[in-house]
Amino acid sequence: MLILFGSIYGNEPTPLFGGRGMVDVSVPAYMGLIIVTVGLMSVPIQTASSREAGVLRRYQATPLRPMAYLIANVAGNYGMALLGILLLLLVGKVGYNVQFDGNVPSVLGGGTLGTLAFFALGYLVASLAPTARIAQTVGMVLAFPMMFLSGATIPLETMPESVRNVSRFIPLTHVVTLLQGLWFGEGWGEHLTEIIVLVGTLGIGTAVAARLFRWE
Amino acid sequence: MGKAILVQGLRKRYGDVMAVDGISFEVQEGEIFGMVGPNGAGKTTTIECIEGLRRPDEGRIEVLGLDPQRDGYSLRERIGVQLQEAALPPRLKVAGAMDLFASFYPHPMDWHSLLEMFGLTEKAKAPFDQLSGGQKQRLFIALALVNNPDLLFLDELTTGLDPQARRAMWNLVRSIREQGKTVFLTTHYMDEAERLCDRVATIDHGQIVALDTPEALIRSLEAERRVVFEVDGPLDEERLQAVPGVIRVERAGERAVVYGEGDRLLSICGSRSRPFSPSSMRR
Repeated sequence: MLILFGSIYGNEPTPLFGGRGMVDVSVPAYMGLIIVTVGLMSVPIQTASSREAGVLRRYQATPLRPMAYLIANVAGNYGMALLGILLLLLVGKVGYNVQFDGNVPSVLGGGTLGTLAFFALGYLVASLAPTARIAQTVGMVLAFPMMFLSGATIPLETMPESVRNVSRFIPLTHVVTLLQGLWFGEGWGEHLTEIIVLVGTLGIGTAVAARLFRWE
Repeated sequence: MGKAILVQGLRKRYGDVMAVDGISFEVQEGEIFGMVGPNGAGKTTTIECIEGLRRPDEGRIEVLGLDPQRDGYSLRERIGVQLQEAALPPRLKVAGAMDLFASFYPHPMDWHSLLEMFGLTEKAKAPFDQLSGGQKQRLFIALALVNNPDLLFLDELTTGLDPQARRAMWNLVRSIREQGKTVFLTTHYMDEAERLCDRVATIDHGQIVALDTPEALIRSLEAERRVVFEVDGPLDEERLQAVPGVIRVERAGERAVVYGEGDRLLSICGSRSRPFSPSSMRR
């Protein structure tokens, strides 16, 4: 999260993005960055290393249902992501008086959808990876290109056409586009593509991860 | 008294390795039943099949009248499990772990008394990764008891503990049994089985080699004794061989070794000590 703030401070000069400042565009984009960090790095590492150390096996020897474990785990990580987003908004507001044209429940809803979709991917990585080390590597290999090619760190508007074509196939791009849209007051109806992609990711990711989930 | 565990024809294969190859036994309620054998003999696979953590390839298992695969959740409410290898989240505190595990069960015990019983009260606020090996082991047994189980599984309970901690652990296990619980444990220490268990199954290469009380097992291990002595001049080996209880006689130079059946051999030596005076007796 500190890295995030560092990069925010570094973005002080504000060239215009459709009449908005760099920071105005970046704050919702950084929400995507938080989502991908927690979803593809924290979740798989945490889950796979708990499994490797034998923590999950110990739970398996109790009447605890796998679903209950997953819900608790998702809730914990969701709390982490939310905390990160709130800090980001605080810095944006206090530091840059960031422009906000949307409504709060809507942005929160979009953030939640993106977060859950990426958690599903994270649990999927954890279920597929045989060890914690591999889970970490796979998580990073997936996360870093997404960070740079989705508009989460560098606005897509500054990228060449070819890169923007690639970015359309990256799930994080849809998180960022949706959040930026909602942030500037656009309706959910204008982002049906993003919603379909994210709901699909969430559904497929959850189904596959649940099927492959292992206690040991 | 009823049966706590019934195992019939249990088989479990990992790839090419037959980890458990046709094991059958019963454990009575209220007894301490031990499974002894070298590493890789199939002890942990057996115990984990009984706990319902592994699915057997073949065989029938009944634990407290339940099928561990089909009724896994209701079974796990009534058993306590200490795993050979387990961990908790590193920053989870002892008290937090007790609280968390108590929350998994409908009728948990007051865990403060468990911490007291296991000498962990002072460590209640310590995170898991700062506990010593012995403390972690005691915590895992306390966690296994938090639901006041009818049946307790202890897999290699004292491995890695110093002698003093082992003895303390044995006393704890005995006190657990005195509360009317059944205990199923595995160990690779014969002395541990001897001191703790009412009955012991010896297991090797996935099969039960012997199953009896520790006293009887040790007696049978000593079934063949030998008497070694030195002889001046000729030895009438045939006459010795003819003595009841003697299995065979070997002679190498001045040394003679008589192999025989347990205590009978000693009595032979005692009664016929004049012609043969043993210089040493060994098991």
